[in-house]
Amino acid sequence: MTKFSAFNVARNAFSASKSWPKQWRNPEPRASYDAVIIGGGGHGLGTAYYLAKEHGLTKIAVVEKGWIGGGNTGRNTTIIRSNYLYDESAGIYEHSVKLWEKLSQELNYNVMYSPRGVLMLAHNVHDVQSSMRHVYADRLNGVDNEWLSPEECKAFCPPLNISNNIRYPVMGGALQRRGGVARHDAVAWGYARGADRLGVDIIQNCEVLRIDRDAAGTVSGIETTRGYIKTAKVGVVAAGHTSVVMERAGLRMPLESFPLQALVSEPIKPIFPCVVMSNTVHAYISQSDKGELVIGAGTDQYISYSQQGGLHIAAHTLEAICELFPQFRRMRMLRNWGGIVDTTYDRSPILSKTSIPGLYVNCGWGTGGFKATPGSAHVFAASMANDEMHPIAAPFSLNRFQSGRLIDEAAAAVAH
Amino acid sequence: MLLIKCPHCGERPEIEFHCGGEAHIARPLDPSQLDDVQWAELLFYRANTKGVMAERWNHLHGCQRWFNALRNTVSDKILRTYMMGEPRPYIGGEAQGAATGTLSYPAPGERSK
Ligand SMILES: Cc1cc2nc3c(=O)[nH]c(=O)nc-3n(C[C@H](O)[C@H](O)[C@H](O)COP(=O)(O)OP(=O)(O)OC[C@H]3O[C@@H](n4cnc5c(N)ncnc54)[C@H](O)[C@@H]3O)c2cc1C
Ligand SMILES: [Zn+2]
Repeated sequence: MTKFSAFNVARNAFSASKSWPKQWRNPEPRASYDAVIIGGGGHGLGTAYYLAKEHGLTKIAVVEKGWIGGGNTGRNTTIIRSNYLYDESAGIYEHSVKLWEKLSQELNYNVMYSPRGVLMLAHNVHDVQSSMRHVYADRLNGVDNEWLSPEECKAFCPPLNISNNIRYPVMGGALQRRGGVARHDAVAWGYARGADRLGVDIIQNCEVLRIDRDAAGTVSGIETTRGYIKTAKVGVVAAGHTSVVMERAGLRMPLESFPLQALVSEPIKPIFPCVVMSNTVHAYISQSDKGELVIGAGTDQYISYSQQGGLHIAAHTLEAICELFPQFRRMRMLRNWGGIVDTTYDRSPILSKTSIPGLYVNCGWGTGGFKATPGSAHVFAASMANDEMHPIAAPFSLNRFQSGRLIDEAAAAVAH
Repeated sequence: MLLIKCPHCGERPEIEFHCGGEAHIARPLDPSQLDDVQWAELLFYRANTKGVMAERWNHLHGCQRWFNALRNTVSDKILRTYMMGEPRPYIGGEAQGAATGTLSYPAPGERSK
């Protein structure tokens, strides 16, 4: 595999970039592996990468039912931030942001991490109080987050409408300057390429149908659409389909899967300098490097695996966008799609062992797990390798639903 | 947007309704007898079915009454709505009985009391 460098880019320019080799192999599944990751999204591919790179496992497979990055990894609005409320959340999301900052160098692959600032708007007294609480809690945890007045919000994001005449006027905002966006596909591809180089087999078009145990109750193998694979370690990283996969091991999960939608507009010249989120009016917006406005909407109210949400949900978000940014009113939307997000009761993820030895699960990232991709993969790999949850991952164990130690970011109103 | 047939009022658009999640979850007869694992199951564990599922709906901006619906979560098609208290009807082809499987927790050696 060729390393990306200025020299190699220049050299390949002479052949119109037609002589680049394939970036990862397309291997046949082997009869057995030391560890198998189910789900080829960013979290699964990243887990395989760190297992191989930092824990010396050599025979690893990532098994993906479709194509890598075709799940939520390739469907999200790519907002990255770490200004969550609770210590445990600050732990895992900040770990992730620190990895984002060096990820392109780490992978020798440009993931286009762009820390352009994430501004979270407040529209009522409760929002203001809750935002302030976040700002102070984050500072105690060493996470940057600052409060801006409406005028300061406008200076930071000139397209923003801060007039008093709208239904939910902007009363200020919490800004995380280190927050931003990254290129979603590049995250999946960069980890895939890096993992492949370390010998990981990435097996696409391969659905896991069953997870088996031996007489002692330990994981012994998986049945797939491309044959049987023996393994003693399985990590399930299947996002919206985690309940379905875990049921194939005979286990139930504390999850519900909902459709979440996003839209992009026609491409325009650079106009939008940052990321703006409003949990109150349900609007999430940034501009991609191609020029499209990238807009995130809300979830439907019912469980669904349809990968499409109701049109009224998207329309509701566009109404909010038009009110906050009136100059976008006449723009056309080019595409609208949905992903299936796995939500927990407290809206915090699950990284955990299970009642089956050798079976680990990383899920529950719901509407906001893209930002966590490197951090989640990194600590989940360590947990799988050592058969002991990494300290950053430990609070997110399944045990919390039984002990009552929830990490209640739901009450803290997170999304994306 | 779904078109939902309230058994009391007839077909109405989804925005009149609130979805209450999985139906037919039996409440404990004697809550004080439940241990932590049973509470976890009651409060947090859900079937999250891919396929035909029974769920509760409330006609919030209409008659405000609760009822149940069978809906296919792959196509989102509502197959039938029925009254609260009625048993779950089974329609040809689908698996019968409650979702199988044990809880994914507690992990061995980590069971807290
Ligand atoms: C519209 C939308 C907007 C979002 N916006 C943001 C945002 O702005 N910021 C943010 O941080 N997060 C956001 N998210 C959430 C984020 O996308 C996810 O939390 C994250 O990408 C999950 O990554 P993953 O690798 O766990 O899952 P996925 O990328 O979904 O990967 C799981 C993979 O498992 C595979 N799989 C499932 N079943 C099987 C099986 N039986 N056998 C084999 N493989 C299987 C699937 O095909 C899939 O590829 C958004 C999500 C959506 C849908
Ligand atoms: Zn009614």
